[in-house]
Amino acid sequence: MTDLESFRSDTRAWLEANCPPEMREPIRSDADMCWGGRNWTFQSDAQRLWLERMVQRGWTTPHWPKDYGGGGLSPGEAKVLKEEMARIGARQPLYSFGISMLGPALLKFGSEEQKKRFLPEIARGEIRWCQGYSEPGAGSDLAGLQTKAEDKGDHWLVNGQKVWTSYADKADWIFCLVRTSTESKHQGISFLLFDMATPGVSTKPILLISGNSPFCETFFDDVQVPKDQVVGEVNRGWDVAKYLLGHEREMIAGMGLGGTSGTLGAALKPDDPLLRAEVAVFDVDSIAFAAMSERFFEMFKAGEAHPASPSMMKYAGTELNKRRHELVMAAGGSDALEWDSDRSKNGKAARDWLRTKANSIEGGTSEIQLNIVAKHILGLPGA
Amino acid sequence: MALLTDDQKMLQETAASFLREEGSIAKQLRHWRDSGCTDGYGTDFWKQFAELGLTGICVPEDQGGLGLGSVEAALVLEEIGRNLTPSPFLTTAVVGARAIEGTSHAERWYPGILSGETVLALAIDESRRHAPEQTALSAERRGNGFVLNGDKQFVVHGNSADMVLTLARTAGSPGDREGLTLFAVPKGAAEVDSVTLADSSKAARIKFDNVELDADAVVGDVDNGWGPLSRALNAGRAGAAAELVGVAAGATAMTIDYLKQRKQFGKLIGQFQSLQHRAAHLYGEIEIARAASLKAAELIDSGDEKAELMVAVAKAKAAAVSKLAVQEGVQMHGGIGMTDEHDIGLYMKREAVLGELFGDVYHHRNTVAELSGY
Repeated sequence: MTDLESFRSDTRAWLEANCPPEMREPIRSDADMCWGGRNWTFQSDAQRLWLERMVQRGWTTPHWPKDYGGGGLSPGEAKVLKEEMARIGARQPLYSFGISMLGPALLKFGSEEQKKRFLPEIARGEIRWCQGYSEPGAGSDLAGLQTKAEDKGDHWLVNGQKVWTSYADKADWIFCLVRTSTESKHQGISFLLFDMATPGVSTKPILLISGNSPFCETFFDDVQVPKDQVVGEVNRGWDVAKYLLGHEREMIAGMGLGGTSGTLGAALKPDDPLLRAEVAVFDVDSIAFAAMSERFFEMFKAGEAHPASPSMMKYAGTELNKRRHELVMAAGGSDALEWDSDRSKNGKAARDWLRTKANSIEGGTSEIQLNIVAKHILGLPGA
Repeated sequence: MALLTDDQKMLQETAASFLREEGSIAKQLRHWRDSGCTDGYGTDFWKQFAELGLTGICVPEDQGGLGLGSVEAALVLEEIGRNLTPSPFLTTAVVGARAIEGTSHAERWYPGILSGETVLALAIDESRRHAPEQTALSAERRGNGFVLNGDKQFVVHGNSADMVLTLARTAGSPGDREGLTLFAVPKGAAEVDSVTLADSSKAARIKFDNVELDADAVVGDVDNGWGPLSRALNAGRAGAAAELVGVAAGATAMTIDYLKQRKQFGKLIGQFQSLQHRAAHLYGEIEIARAASLKAAELIDSGDEKAELMVAVAKAKAAAVSKLAVQEGVQMHGGIGMTDEHDIGLYMKREAVLGELFGDVYHHRNTVAELSGY
């Protein structure tokens, strides 16, 4: 038996013994997803146990080094773990921007002290993070951000406003882009970490067209931040931000896959011949995109992908996901328009459909992705 | 889709440099078109394919070929598409070789395929639309053999083929998948009417008027032609998809070069965001079509049960993307794109023929829906 085969059988046995049956049920609502953090209330003992057991093995972050609370698994072992969890339908024990976004940035740009301080508490789900990027005047032109951090000798003094901060009202800490110099647009930005409980931080949820409020406006009014909480060099935060956006785009591009294995047509069974034809066009595009995703991740791992290719994937994946939900709504007819009935699971189809409209805006609009592809991949000249 | 192996990358490089240098539009397509060549391609040039071993790409190693698969064929076909190189590679080395694999006809025809002296063609369509199960051309038993009556059209390279693989009905009625038989019809047996297509390639309409064939002309089993036919068609459709990806990539490379040279209003037209966004969208679509095409080839080679679905996806996607690429190509070139002197229009004509070959986008979208149960 190879090492990987024995790892698989050990993992399978461990999961069988340790993953509570309730945690093998499909996710039905947001409450089924564990986000952790200081104020988290576990939905059930099973949810708590499952997180604790996975944390103990470092398997909330299987490929991070053990020194930082990770599992220290090789890419092959991490893949086996993922496959074995999928085999029994195990839920992800922890949903976390700390794991998916801040962690990779800290691993690449953070000081040893910062890694030791922040990564283990991310892996254990003790601190819930949010991302402070966009501002009212800095959306697509993100580097035009104005929130400023002034060097006051023993601390940074932060003033300004962020917007579209996901779950800021529930987060414990924020990783935030701030202006530390006005001399250069891109090289005057720093990547700052601070506690949301610091005096001067306030949040206000934004009600969206879906009727939900996953995003907030976040205000900073004379917020004092310790000097050692800048990641990377002062004024070089844009490098960290770009690196992180690449990760975010990959994650959002994954939405194009729709999360199910069958075709959309198989799920919708469209009987109208014209709708059937449109669904078939979609299924062709969707299966082709799945082949692209597979190839993209292989190429990315092998270092053969163009550095700007996540932009292409993000654009294609999100536009595809919007089309998927348009077709779901078309096939659902008037049933899909119900907003508050039990029959419609509280308007799930309509709310999901509206949510997807943000896919091609968040993490850089489709138009920005096309600009990036045109400039960096096709080499077309600037305006 | 696994990444290409080193051997596959080497083959790709060999094919790319051979077709770029010897198979260019000026040396091949325009040369033979403008000299009124009846085959539509150079016979000596086809022998050069053989000298590189490329004609034996799908012929098993123990029969003298390279014994490679659909992925390797796709790599060669993408380069053929990029250069619009006219040759009987797809019908002979891919479709023909696959159709007769493991049958008594392999021994008869493989040596000629390997030496670049033999050309094969596939006759299926009987109307303007591709619908193999609708085959009506009849093959009735007589004595020790069969008598064929009926008509075929859109037989690509049918005019120069030494043997035409012909789908005929030996039982049942049009619409049935059962009762079909594949015959190897040698040159001269039926009446061939050569037609020049929009892209300057040659195809044939073939009339079977009491054409008598021996029983050994049957490829595979009588009444069970769907099996070998599907094998040949899967290879042909995946191959056409790969060639379409090459057509799209070639047309788009030419167009992007043009965006970087042409000035209007004192600016390079590639500086205009309306054109940048369309070019960037097209780039992504071509990448996706290539991934689908390679995935289909990979599933054929591994004998995966999902191969048929993926082949339909690949052909539908590649044809749609290639059509977008040639339309954008001509439009972005403006007036010069409408002239015969410029090459971009040749891509548009080639796309039209390849898009139709072995089933158009509508045919394959319908296949995807049917295989998915809707």
